[in-house]
Amino acid sequence: MNIEEYFNQLAAAADRALCAGERYTMDFSAEETDFVRMNRGKVRQPGHVEQRYADIDLIRGARHASHLLSLAGEPATDTKAIAAAIAGLREALPELADDPHLLLPATVASSRNDRHESMPTSEAMVESVLRMASGHDLVGMLAAGPVYRGFANSDGQRNWHATTTFNLQWSLYYRADKAVKSAYTGFSWRDAELQARMSDAVEQLALVSRPPKALAPGKYRAYLPPSALHEVAEMLAWGGFSARALATRQSPLAKMRANARLDPRVAINEDIAAGVAPAFQSEGFARPGNVPLIEGGELVGSLVSPRTAREFDLQANGANAGESPEALAMAGGELAARDALAALDTGLAVGNLWYLNYSDRPACRMTGMTRFATFWVENGKVVAPVNVLRFDDTLYRMLGDNLEALTVERELLLESNTYGSRALASVTLPGALLSELNFTL
Amino acid sequence: MDEFRLPALDLDADFWSLRFVDETCQSFAVRKNVPQPLSVQTDRGVMASVYAGGGYGYAATGDTSERGLRQVLERAAAWARATARYALDDSRTLPRPAPRGDYASPSLLSALPTRREWYELLQHESEAAGCDPRIVDWEALVDVRHATHRLVTSEGGDVLQRYRFLFPSISVTAHADDVTQQRSLNGYRGICQQGGTEILARFGFTGAGARIAQEALELLAAPNCPSGRMDVLLAPDQMVLQIHESIGHPLELDRILGDERNFAGTSFVTPDMFGNYRYGSEHLDITFDPTRPEELASYAYDDDGTPADRTYLIRDGILERPLGGAISQARAGLPGVANARADNWNRPPIDRMANLNLEPGDATLDELVAGIERGVLLETNSSWSIDDSRNKFQFGCERGRLIEDGRIGAVVKNPNYRGISAVFWRSLARVGNADTLQVLGTPFCGKGEPGQTIRVGHASPACVFTDVDVFGGES
Repeated sequence: MNIEEYFNQLAAAADRALCAGERYTMDFSAEETDFVRMNRGKVRQPGHVEQRYADIDLIRGARHASHLLSLAGEPATDTKAIAAAIAGLREALPELADDPHLLLPATVASSRNDRHESMPTSEAMVESVLRMASGHDLVGMLAAGPVYRGFANSDGQRNWHATTTFNLQWSLYYRADKAVKSAYTGFSWRDAELQARMSDAVEQLALVSRPPKALAPGKYRAYLPPSALHEVAEMLAWGGFSARALATRQSPLAKMRANARLDPRVAINEDIAAGVAPAFQSEGFARPGNVPLIEGGELVGSLVSPRTAREFDLQANGANAGESPEALAMAGGELAARDALAALDTGLAVGNLWYLNYSDRPACRMTGMTRFATFWVENGKVVAPVNVLRFDDTLYRMLGDNLEALTVERELLLESNTYGSRALASVTLPGALLSELNFTL
Repeated sequence: MDEFRLPALDLDADFWSLRFVDETCQSFAVRKNVPQPLSVQTDRGVMASVYAGGGYGYAATGDTSERGLRQVLERAAAWARATARYALDDSRTLPRPAPRGDYASPSLLSALPTRREWYELLQHESEAAGCDPRIVDWEALVDVRHATHRLVTSEGGDVLQRYRFLFPSISVTAHADDVTQQRSLNGYRGICQQGGTEILARFGFTGAGARIAQEALELLAAPNCPSGRMDVLLAPDQMVLQIHESIGHPLELDRILGDERNFAGTSFVTPDMFGNYRYGSEHLDITFDPTRPEELASYAYDDDGTPADRTYLIRDGILERPLGGAISQARAGLPGVANARADNWNRPPIDRMANLNLEPGDATLDELVAGIERGVLLETNSSWSIDDSRNKFQFGCERGRLIEDGRIGAVVKNPNYRGISAVFWRSLARVGNADTLQVLGTPFCGKGEPGQTIRVGHASPACVFTDVDVFGGES
């Protein structure tokens, strides 16, 4: 039995377990993943994980409760577990209060998306990685295999989203903290593509091996490629676009509801149509292909979950409960990426940013470190790698007054987060040239 | 035992283990006086680890039937054999544990409130917290988690450990005149211990809603924290973060061995420092202590089966040993502790912090304050950032209180401070006594490839550091 049939059997079991007057929603997630961890150009921890989870919400009137349970993958066992979970929730409902913020889809919107392309075995992929990195101090991880998401409810809605991906994240180290970080992610593996990326990394490693420059704290011109801007976007994803956080003034972008603005060239949207996230959310609402969030530097939208829609009388727009973007996309500009260093002239070419946090959330002031291949550039040429620096600056300066240019080219970066499960999310970002960035330590 | 049936198993391998995890969690929450829907989680699965032909492999599944166990053992063995020629370490040289024993949380079987009683308690705190129109969001919640972990090894090892954890939390957001401030009870999920309802009493949970709300309102009217070099008195709910980020992570042996360099990072600590490096002033004593009953990450054995004992990592300021489990110890040729831990059945054990504590000194809180001419008392972590070698840090707190001429003065908002781990701990001037100590922790320590979010405990007294770079918010 394939896993989609198995999912449908679970939904059928939930249907059978209902009593009169009850409804349910079921959010399903599963994966079969090879994780291969590497260090010093060798294999450190290779493994395989098969996991399946169902999150069932049992609803009677305005009362409801949910049970997230792990599953064995055996239909006979798991259909009984689903029925037992529903029975347990039924027992709890009389003790609970009505939920004034419960909102369920008014229509049935089933959908199906299944994308699997042929891939070599994980063993073969790892062998290619280690062979191409031979002689270098490589450390990193390959995560590969199918990921599944499903939704079912008692109205007969069924949504299915399945995709097989690989996500290789690796670093080549020179010594101590001097390294080049690279990634190769996608649906279809090509050794030639990996070789090209490995060759780029080796080329950068030669620059990283130069004597480092220690910069004093101060304001410097800076170029943030998509790999660095990614960390800034992750910070904004942490409550920035949440309708609930905006309504309760907890969003770092709350001041944009008043008079704060970014540069007019900044445009950001939630572009589900171009990402890898499912086109449905965990309560069964369909997601629009595109939700505008910032246009012309102004906040024009937010991510609204069903609960928030009910609480603040808004229109739900496909957001999950956390109201975090899963396919954030930022518009490109007019600077060709190949001209970025020339446009930077003298300043910092940041490879990656690291460990960002808010030093003043309401002011959207954030701090973080430079990491990996970050270089001092003079007259458009790389001079030396730079010892790690701490920045502390506001988004309103970084992507406002101090934004000089955005690159034409944008990069689609698949989320590499593997906490608990492999994330199905992405960001699409250009590079950003800043006239100054404030470094403090 | 009943929880996990174990058939007779035979595998063509040098060594194997099966690590079972069964956890159940009930989450109760009241937000803005509205009871949130009950949320229940049950998670059960098993991980097989196998040494074969010099290689190592693991496999995990939610299927704990006999068929599932045989499949994961074979799959793990296949990974071990397939990668043996590329293996970083020859698994034939690694320890093959055979532990036998058990562990139980304190108050494991003591009665807990019913669902209705939990909601009533949270409702009461929520209503007290939402006491003013300037309080724009507020929440009281508690997670009650039970866990059963069993480790069986081919050498005859069999360890059963049973836990109960409580995670109570209260937080509020206040807003007025374009100013927003947040306040919480010892930070977001900062209160987290093993045991029963005695945990609530220990932290004054009942009545905390009104207290936290008042402090948030006070912050709305407070001036920004001043900038400059001054002494800081760190309360325990900031000390836990300071210990965690700038002692705990840099001492993890897998970071020192380079495993984490692609993700969590490396460490400024190198193997040659153990036994001689001055990490901090003579007042700094750091222990790895899995024996403190109520602390979040107490246990009898780690997830590789190593017996867990209280051990000094830093004594009188001198670095003695790293946070490394049995496998890391074998790889590095260094002593370590029992800290190979996995966050669930679907992730392999790696070096983690568990309980990492700063031992109390002899000063009362009044004496700590009295010794400061110009400084600030910093309470409750709100922001944390540190470089990938765990050196340059910047931390922020929910609340500051100025100290002038040995007396606590005005409240200030948005306090931050920054420093460098390698020298910061040498400015530790005075350590509070046991009366100033709190046993806190976090369920959200992230690390590893694949990623793991694990429970760690930290116990610390209040501490004074001299000549620290302090600053406030944007305006």
